[in-house]
Amino acid sequence: MNAHGMVHKYGDNVDTDVIIPARYLNTSSHAELASHCMEDIDRDFVKNVKPGDIIVAKKNFGCGSSREHAPIAIKASGVSCVIASTFARIFYRNAINIGLAILECDEAAREIAAGDEVDVNFDTGVITDVTTGKTYQAQPFPPFIQNIIQKGGLLKSIM
Amino acid sequence: MGMTMSQKILAAHAGLSHVEVGQLIEAKLDVVLGNDITSPVAINEFEKCGATSVFDKDRIALVLDHFTPNKDIKAAEQCLQVRRFAEKYNITHFYDVGQMGIEHALLPEKGIVGPGDCVIGADSHTCTYGALGAFSTGVGSTDMAAGMITGKAWFKVPAAIQVVLTGKLPQWVSGKDVILHLIGEIGVDGALYQSLEFTGEGVASLSMDDRLCIANMAIEAGAKNGVFPVDEITMAYCKDRFLRTPKVYQADPDAEYVRTVTIDLSSLRPTVAFPHLPENTHVIDDVGEIKIDQSVIGSCTNGRIEDLRTAASILKGRKVAKGVRCIILPGTQDIYLQAVREGLAEIFIEAGAVFSTPTCGPCLGGHMGVLAKGERAVSTTNRNFVGRMGHVESEVYLASPAVAAASAVTGYITDPAKLS
Repeated sequence: MNAHGMVHKYGDNVDTDVIIPARYLNTSSHAELASHCMEDIDRDFVKNVKPGDIIVAKKNFGCGSSREHAPIAIKASGVSCVIASTFARIFYRNAINIGLAILECDEAAREIAAGDEVDVNFDTGVITDVTTGKTYQAQPFPPFIQNIIQKGGLLKSIM
Repeated sequence: MGMTMSQKILAAHAGLSHVEVGQLIEAKLDVVLGNDITSPVAINEFEKCGATSVFDKDRIALVLDHFTPNKDIKAAEQCLQVRRFAEKYNITHFYDVGQMGIEHALLPEKGIVGPGDCVIGADSHTCTYGALGAFSTGVGSTDMAAGMITGKAWFKVPAAIQVVLTGKLPQWVSGKDVILHLIGEIGVDGALYQSLEFTGEGVASLSMDDRLCIANMAIEAGAKNGVFPVDEITMAYCKDRFLRTPKVYQADPDAEYVRTVTIDLSSLRPTVAFPHLPENTHVIDDVGEIKIDQSVIGSCTNGRIEDLRTAASILKGRKVAKGVRCIILPGTQDIYLQAVREGLAEIFIEAGAVFSTPTCGPCLGGHMGVLAKGERAVSTTNRNFVGRMGHVESEVYLASPAVAAASAVTGYITDPAKLS
């Protein structure tokens, strides 16, 4: 499993209210949620994002509300992976449960810049900044989590 | 090595005698909760994977509280989807407009959750029930769907921060100030992936409403859960209310904590969290002159009867300042009725405040008090993120009911002790 794309970069404590504002929570349509993704922190995100792109942010990404609409909006935008120094725990669970790949790597999160081209190998946890040539080692998913992701999400893994 | 209170509850629900920090376990759930925003996504997942039954119709709670009474057509359709699901599976604890309250005020009140429970809810403030001595945590809709089907959830056993409470709260200082102070101390990710375990002789002086408020905002410090020991106050609250038998778990004397934070309750001051993070706390004495357009008193954090009594004690015989909109929302129908019977409703209306049906509405910028560009609110809710209560350029200052009521009277964020 791999991801490859251009980086959209954010700071600390990106909360789920800015990822998908509550005013759009009157729908569970993935496409509609994606059309407002990151709207309150980056008005141009929806316009600029391309399939495969990667979000890189600093600590406590996805803090706040438990809305699964947040990782859904990011995944439905075409984002292939989110790399952060740390994730808020509910977002972390939700991302895995819906099959959005996420990796914790503080060094990568601090050093990778907006617009860089990045390659991620999920089996090894190696993150490569193709633009700078630097590589980073994140912890790959444990087998328990890999099982959920490989089966296409939590529900497919239990049924 | 001993276990923390959270670890003991998790071990018991996983059928294990002992668990270690970091261990992955599968735990049996006592209650699975969802609301009108998170349940539709869960129901979609439930149906998509071909499920045809729920694990226990008496152990699922569905509460239509966020965008209700229906704020628009799409919200109405989401509620309809949940209503139909509840009918189809004969869900015992389904709460619609007329019976519904804000979920985290409602479930303890109805005795659906209680001491020793293991609870997940597709709402981040599900951690509220830790006040009753339960392990209770917020999850997303997919976890909710899986929980409704299997009655189980996987957890990584958390480490814990011990929060030792000493002394007693002074006048005009409440549970809200305790939790804002703590978040200010440790930060919005200070307890990330960890439990907050409250203990110490100060606990006995805290009412159940104060404890529910404190546990409610554990998530604002990034915590997985916040939990209080079970004492006489808990048991008195649960008597004639809790639908099952309370199970009391205590942390082992040799339980290990990653750190200990001590809070002397008697030293606390009314505390305000400035935009745009709950950790941006200032004591009321350092707030300065901050003019407000709106004061919101309510939510799963501060919509309980003591909160309304405090607000009424300040608003009685006073008027909401010109140019300020004061919106007071009770947590549940029972609290609403009690406020009417105690004469609080009359005080609020005579003061020029709105006193209306339970709803999460304004807390998340849904309805019933959305802010315009450049507007500023003081609010007893739990989050002050960018755009949380409305326009991306509006501001929310988090405070206690006492501060919010006093501020409604003066039009500026105000120390209730300073009101003439």
